[in-house]
Amino acid sequence: MNNGSSAPSEQLKIVIVGHVDHGKSTFVGRLFNDTGSLPEGKLEQLQKIAERRGVPFEWANLMDGLQAERDQNITIDTAQIWFQTPKRQYVIIDAPGHKEFLKNMITGAANAEAALLLIDASEGVQEQSRRHGYLLNLLGIRQIAVLVNKMDLAGYSQERFDSIEKEYRAFLQSLGVTPKIFIPIAAKHGDNIASLSNNMPWWNGPTVLATLDQFNVTDLPLNQPLRFPIQDVYRFDERRILAGRIESGSIKVGDKLIFAPTNKSSTVKSIERWSAPKSDFASAGESIGVTLTEQIFVERGAIAALEAEPPYELTRFKARLFWLGREPFRKGRSYKLKLATQEVDCEIDDIQKIIDASTLDTVQREGKELRVGRHEVAELTLKTKRPVAFDAHSEIVATGRFVIVDGFEVSGGGIIAADNYPRRSSDSAHKSENIYWSHGKVTSAQRALRNGHSGCVIWLTGLSGSGKSTISTELERELFNLGKHVYVLDGDNMRHGLCSDLGFSPEDRKENIRRVGEVAKLMADAGNIVITAFISPYRSDRELVRKITPAGQFVEVFVNAPLEICEQRDTKGLYAKARANQIKEFTGISAPYESPENPEVELRTDKMTVAESVARVIEFLDVRDSDSMISI
Amino acid sequence: MDYLSKLENQSIYIMREAFTKFENLAMLWSIGKDSTVLLWLARKAFFGHVPFPLVHVDTTYKIPSMIEYRDKLVKEWNLELVVGKNEAVLAEGRTFPNGKATRVECCGTLKKDGLKAVLDKHNYSGVIVGVRRDEDPTRAKERYFSPRDKNMEWNVEDQPPELWDQFKTDYDKGTHIRIHPLLHWTELNIWEYIERENITVSPLYYANEKGERYRSLGCYPCTFPVKSKASTIREIIEELRTTKTSERAGRAQDKESEDAFEKLRRDGYM
Repeated sequence: MNNGSSAPSEQLKIVIVGHVDHGKSTFVGRLFNDTGSLPEGKLEQLQKIAERRGVPFEWANLMDGLQAERDQNITIDTAQIWFQTPKRQYVIIDAPGHKEFLKNMITGAANAEAALLLIDASEGVQEQSRRHGYLLNLLGIRQIAVLVNKMDLAGYSQERFDSIEKEYRAFLQSLGVTPKIFIPIAAKHGDNIASLSNNMPWWNGPTVLATLDQFNVTDLPLNQPLRFPIQDVYRFDERRILAGRIESGSIKVGDKLIFAPTNKSSTVKSIERWSAPKSDFASAGESIGVTLTEQIFVERGAIAALEAEPPYELTRFKARLFWLGREPFRKGRSYKLKLATQEVDCEIDDIQKIIDASTLDTVQREGKELRVGRHEVAELTLKTKRPVAFDAHSEIVATGRFVIVDGFEVSGGGIIAADNYPRRSSDSAHKSENIYWSHGKVTSAQRALRNGHSGCVIWLTGLSGSGKSTISTELERELFNLGKHVYVLDGDNMRHGLCSDLGFSPEDRKENIRRVGEVAKLMADAGNIVITAFISPYRSDRELVRKITPAGQFVEVFVNAPLEICEQRDTKGLYAKARANQIKEFTGISAPYESPENPEVELRTDKMTVAESVARVIEFLDVRDSDSMISI
Repeated sequence: MDYLSKLENQSIYIMREAFTKFENLAMLWSIGKDSTVLLWLARKAFFGHVPFPLVHVDTTYKIPSMIEYRDKLVKEWNLELVVGKNEAVLAEGRTFPNGKATRVECCGTLKKDGLKAVLDKHNYSGVIVGVRRDEDPTRAKERYFSPRDKNMEWNVEDQPPELWDQFKTDYDKGTHIRIHPLLHWTELNIWEYIERENITVSPLYYANEKGERYRSLGCYPCTFPVKSKASTIREIIEELRTTKTSERAGRAQDKESEDAFEKLRRDGYM
């Protein structure tokens, strides 16, 4: 950037908070005047207006941009204005001190990097002085200076200043907050703002202005684990771009990303920007786009992380929350939770404690109703309808905080407390471990009682031509005639719909089997006897399906006939084609078949008839179900 | 990261949030420097594309070269332009200064009502506007996502809380949300960014041979140039670093009464 040498190159955002009438807007007006930041004629214009209205001139009128604010001498909404020192540019955020406008104070403070908290020397520490101190800490603002204002009304007394400092420092300390400094000022007269005051010879500095320059601009979390929440997926042209802002860490081409909470993974192919120098690297704070090498289904709300450092993915977490809604936050009602780009329904699981932030006292509720009232703060546990990806606020800020929407309104916000949450293992076999299976109110035992049998998956495996399809359809008819709920999951039918995006590469075959297994599992869970007939040559694929099916419900049936017999049968003419090299990777000829090691049932179809084979399977089911006390 | 990049990344984030959350989204384009920077940022956000229409509320009193500049950019950048006009008021001649309207009334009918008509006609539920907090004390109070009711009114006493980049994206039927991606930029930032990105803006911003330039563009009966020798971007930046004149000093409609601009904005003005 080609800035002039005198131009400051950084910007710091400061919020001014404190109790109503403790002089925040006056302080800001004076700060602007004393640093020569007022536009030409502005002061004269405001003085003239005051004269015309027959009211005394107020410095606060500079900040209070609304007529209602000037009329009532009160700041209603937060406002931002700019000024600069030789060191840097400042954004000054003036926040209202009236309790009624707490949501506007939070809006102002949540965007700041440092805070000046004003306390009136004559009134001393008041309700909002304490509440604002508490909320600054909750909002994550660690750089705080306390200005004891209106020292002129306290006779510029050092004793008065010391006693306020002592009282308020003790309050902050109980929150775990250490303020940078306490400064005595009289904003109306400019004492100790831009220059040291002659009225307080006992104060040797620094001034407010010098203190501002000592605050630090918040560093971007470059060295934390990567969190890249997806805002949207764009297909404006041939590229499929995942757009978002990197909230922490960094990302580079070739990184293997895992997308929480679905746990799909893919590799970064490119980092996309428009009208910017090309780079294969991006870090925290950058709004970028990413393309992937393998196209996986990702949508808004997913959070990309590196495999070794994933976020938590749970349906329950502990939080500290402030409530701003007119209606209380009630247990038993559903609300929308927004965390990074995720949106999920949530409700209160349990309230541990409700705190009055102006006294730090625990609020005692009468009766049974559990709720967090307006302007209260609570420590609670939230549960969400779907798993949500998050971090503890103390670990990663951006994915450790959330807001709650009630109806159309953002009504509360909170930070996620650190706790002993289970961490997802990076081993892909455990991918689903922390996604809770949702249980309805009908149990499998109840289903089994009504159906007269329990659900299961009968998985036929064997070479092409071994008799799987014939047996499966005969078995289905036989069981159906016996009054059972039975269904054959046919390979071709699956490929017409659910698996129509898959081809016949080893990866696609594997995925095909996985999907068949998932569907079979769900149908079995619904109480059905599900029959599948797939070559499924790989032991690991079949084991995967066995693993996801509840114990005892996976029945592996090895349909076993020697290759020569199968080749002789060659019902579909496939072996001939494979021998002629017209089909590549044909199981038994040019690709391996891994026989089951301990199948539940083995059918030697070279020695048994179809009827015998069907009877053998039914016999097995009969024994199985009498073990589980349900007669077949 | 330097602060211009911070401003840029934040604006891109906001614009993408708007695009994903509002089905019927449009952007106001006043042809001034701010909404032209906004347009540039949209192309940054959407990788060279502008995936929503631009609405220009034409008062027919714009300085003619502004319209020329508008049409040139529409062609070059392949933009979808929707022009809105308050035909009725124009036909009746109820405008300033040739008719029976004050400056503020004229702004109200031609711009505010003209905007409402075009929003109603196209059913836009989200409108991106290039206003900045440093322009004016009422704009200093704005939110990034600022709701307007069925009559386009701004309830400034009861604005939604806005924190941690979670914006108001849930709203009732018939209401709409103004989205302000440039809220945190200053006039100086805008020019620094125009310089860095090499963005073309209307030539009216540069000092002419009479030693005058426009700091803010509007309708010719109510917009006046300021004395300036700044004829390049760099000179404008240097001028702004030391000036003590406010940006809207050349905009006459703001000055009819103490709260003229506030009233306009409460009623739905940009």
